[in-house]
Amino acid sequence: MTVNDALFQYTLRLGDTNLILGQRLSEWTGHGPFLEEDLALTNITLDITGTAKSLLEYAALVEGKSRTADDLAYLRNDRHYFNAQITELPNGDYARTIVRQAIIDCFDFYFYTELAKSKDETLAGIAQKSIKEVTYHLRHTASWVERFGDGTEESHNKAQTALNELWQYTGELFEMNEIDEILIKEGIAVDLNLVKAKWEQYMTDLLQKSTLVKPENVFMQTGSRKGIHTEYLAFILAEMQALPRMYPDAKW
Amino acid sequence: MEINKFEEVFEGKLAKNEMVEPKDWMPENYRKHLIRQISQHAHSEIVGMLPEGNWITRAPSLRAKVVLLAKVQDEGGHGLYLYTAAETLGISRDELLTNLHTGKAKYSSIFNYPTLTWADIGAVGWLVDGAAIMNQVMLQRASYGPYARAMVRICKEESFHQRQGFEIMTHLAFGTADQKAMAQDALNRWWYPTMMMFGPPDADSPNSENAVKWRIKRETNDQLRQKFVNQTVPQVEYLGLTVPDVNLKWNEAKKGYDFSEPNWVEFKNVISGNGPCNKERLAARNKAHDEGAWVREAAQVFAKKRSEVYAAA
Repeated sequence: MTVNDALFQYTLRLGDTNLILGQRLSEWTGHGPFLEEDLALTNITLDITGTAKSLLEYAALVEGKSRTADDLAYLRNDRHYFNAQITELPNGDYARTIVRQAIIDCFDFYFYTELAKSKDETLAGIAQKSIKEVTYHLRHTASWVERFGDGTEESHNKAQTALNELWQYTGELFEMNEIDEILIKEGIAVDLNLVKAKWEQYMTDLLQKSTLVKPENVFMQTGSRKGIHTEYLAFILAEMQALPRMYPDAKW
Repeated sequence: MEINKFEEVFEGKLAKNEMVEPKDWMPENYRKHLIRQISQHAHSEIVGMLPEGNWITRAPSLRAKVVLLAKVQDEGGHGLYLYTAAETLGISRDELLTNLHTGKAKYSSIFNYPTLTWADIGAVGWLVDGAAIMNQVMLQRASYGPYARAMVRICKEESFHQRQGFEIMTHLAFGTADQKAMAQDALNRWWYPTMMMFGPPDADSPNSENAVKWRIKRETNDQLRQKFVNQTVPQVEYLGLTVPDVNLKWNEAKKGYDFSEPNWVEFKNVISGNGPCNKERLAARNKAHDEGAWVREAAQVFAKKRSEVYAAA
């Protein structure tokens, strides 16, 4: 695998993770638990979808085969998507959406902080912009985890259930393969072991503060680095890609 | 001061084009009229998020997705300013929402029509937001300060939305034959419902007279409808589409178009709950509110716990 191939695959992985998460989150727009929160979550959704767009535009450029970001988003099937599985899971109730979001926001915060130092200027630039956004996202979602954990019995139970169900999808976030190895050597990619230690520490503190129990010895699901997904992703794509697939000659 | 003195001050403000502010005395009918109008407007923004939100997950390009998300979020933001403006008149958000959820309060009937294709997202932005702007521009000079100020911000964003809608229509109208057909179909379905947005003909409009007198409204329903048709027909022609009205004709004498009235029987039906999506829209609002109850409760209980901790420290 050439460095350029690895860079394409790496950027695609990051772009897909943001795109699918944004797609899921956007299902909440107009249906949030109250108006201010609806606006706040939509804001997060917008940032994440914007990051996806920048990353996929860069991936298209790196690939150099005259595919566009829209081609990448709308004309690949699930086996060629590399988003982390946790992003494609259904939103569930608001506790589940928030717990997932806090897990990812925390990951993103430390991840983009490292990526901002990348020797690849475009990735570093996208990361710098993203850090500003993610800092706000994490503040928002972590404060909700705390409210749910230490709020009512019902909110506590919902948050704990979400945590127990989602934890098995967190291992994937830190998996590295040949793509990472090649790009770490070039000073382009992030060593996810560094991110993992910081993420663990933050989550441990947050959950403790929220009176929630951190799941231990959980079996970790895997597959997305190879394009293996849950059953949910193909449905997401069927919905998202419907128009460009139905009207292949059309421009929108 | 006696009541009639208060009334003199109030009438004086209207006569001098001055703003009435929340702490000023105002006639009870004026307050009621404003609560009704502002809250209807707020509800319309919130319910309006639903038909447009319907296409967020299916927006056909990344750019279209981001723009639509931002647009629907703006509508929510408008709802927020307007609820806040209504609260300055002495009614709580809870009460306003209860009125919406129980079907007691109205919202713009246009949102009881379905968004069936992507072109409907273009048509809603172009026609519905276009009509809304026409209604709302005059409200920036409405006599009640908090309402007028909210409208200044809202109008700026709405004109961006209208351009966004028109941009979608442009892509479709100048696109493939299928896309153009999709655009024409959307225009056919949205033309008359949009015309209804200006309200019944002046002769049958029960609330118009006071609204004009109180400077909450400055032009009548029929005047606004005429203005809308005059403005929109050239845009339809630019797109190479056809207005679905065989009676549409330029009238040189009045320097405006003659056109067919919308079906006012349909209008009454949709207002009274028989539109294609009335039940869905209200059910979606109720579902979001009911399922959000535990979230709001958790936030309150948590805030109380923390304030007790701080008080004890």
